[in-house]
Amino acid sequence: MSAPSAVLRAEGLGRKYRRLWALSDCTLDVPAGKVVGLVGPNGAGKTTLLSMAVGMLRPTTGTIEVLGGRPGDGPEQLARVGYVAQDTPTYAGLTVEDHLRLGRHLNPRWDDALARDRIARLGVDPARKASRLSGGQRAQLALTLGIAKRPDLLVLDEPVASLDPLARREFLQDLMEAVAEQEVSVILSSHLVSDLERVCDHLIVLVDSRVRVAGDIDDLLAGHHRLTGPRRDPASLPVALHVVTESHTDVQSTLVVRADGPVLDPAWAVSELSLEDLVLAYMSGSKTVDRGRRAPLEVLS
Amino acid sequence: MIEFHLDARSGVSPYQQLVQQVRNALRLGLLHEGDQLPTVKDVVAGLAINPNTVLKAYRELEHEGLVAARPGVGTFVTRTLAGASLAAHGPLRRDLERWLAKARRAGLDEESIEALFAATFRGAAQQDIA
Repeated sequence: MSAPSAVLRAEGLGRKYRRLWALSDCTLDVPAGKVVGLVGPNGAGKTTLLSMAVGMLRPTTGTIEVLGGRPGDGPEQLARVGYVAQDTPTYAGLTVEDHLRLGRHLNPRWDDALARDRIARLGVDPARKASRLSGGQRAQLALTLGIAKRPDLLVLDEPVASLDPLARREFLQDLMEAVAEQEVSVILSSHLVSDLERVCDHLIVLVDSRVRVAGDIDDLLAGHHRLTGPRRDPASLPVALHVVTESHTDVQSTLVVRADGPVLDPAWAVSELSLEDLVLAYMSGSKTVDRGRRAPLEVLS
Repeated sequence: MIEFHLDARSGVSPYQQLVQQVRNALRLGLLHEGDQLPTVKDVVAGLAINPNTVLKAYRELEHEGLVAARPGVGTFVTRTLAGASLAAHGPLRRDLERWLAKARRAGLDEESIEALFAATFRGAAQQDIA
């Protein structure tokens, strides 16, 4: 496999719908072989970013490169990227068997044995129409098409949002099994941080059309802390601490910080953050994120 | 063969939970030399977790010399942590049970017992360091 070091690379990427920027100034470097979680509030630009990654949408500004090529550029690029759109759509009037035949005819790398084996294991009647499947079965059918295509990158837009907890767990189990067996890279968006914590090893937090933070989850967790101590002006902190959120009472300050090294000041009680805390801090603390050494964001419009 | 489980609220990262569960199984004599750990695929399919998480946990156990990977076959236990100390578990447990009964007679509730144990444990650990 000619695995490039980056599965997705974006440089100043932006997309405008009429006068609104759905995504702006997005610079990312996502390594191959990862399961990447894309998280952010509704309308943050997650679907826009994923649509550009699979070539369904052209950028307004900047560049995006997927597996070393331009998204949607020719049959070979299309064969290497699988896409399961929001709410795992299928063709309501077609049977499960029709879907598999369609997959076989449309995808040069199609693995028919894998697809049939998966459908058999799911216990779904191949003659059944997609409209008569349960939500969980429909999602599994869409996942089957995505996996049997044998892509190098599988992109899933909120695949489990509408599933009940059991169907959600089964879907993620099967997705992880495919990752273990096929060495496929995955990018998936979700609101469910607890799911992402299990399945992902890389995270991108998108808020208000901008990337707030991105990195390997282990590094993110090791590099962020909650500091509690006597009230203090965050401006007086050392430059190695970047404040993500701050809250103050008359006597106490509580900060969530990104630190380049250990926090040594004994005035602070340092505690670790869960992934959920970290994501919520970035979602709520948008106004103070870029304090510190990072370059100020450009105004694009 | 052991089976892994994950506690989402423990605050301990998934890979560390796997490492701890293997170590505990070794300590309690549930796993012996030569026993196989669940395959990465089985763990992944069972828990819906990232394969890299399992690989990372197994690598750490390998680094500690507790297990060894045989390519294409699986990961096997090479050393146990129970050893001679396992024989001492029974008497120690009975001591602890007597102590717990005493603590309850003295009127301590569960939370107080836990707090007292944790504080004593930490105190003793600190004296070891000093």
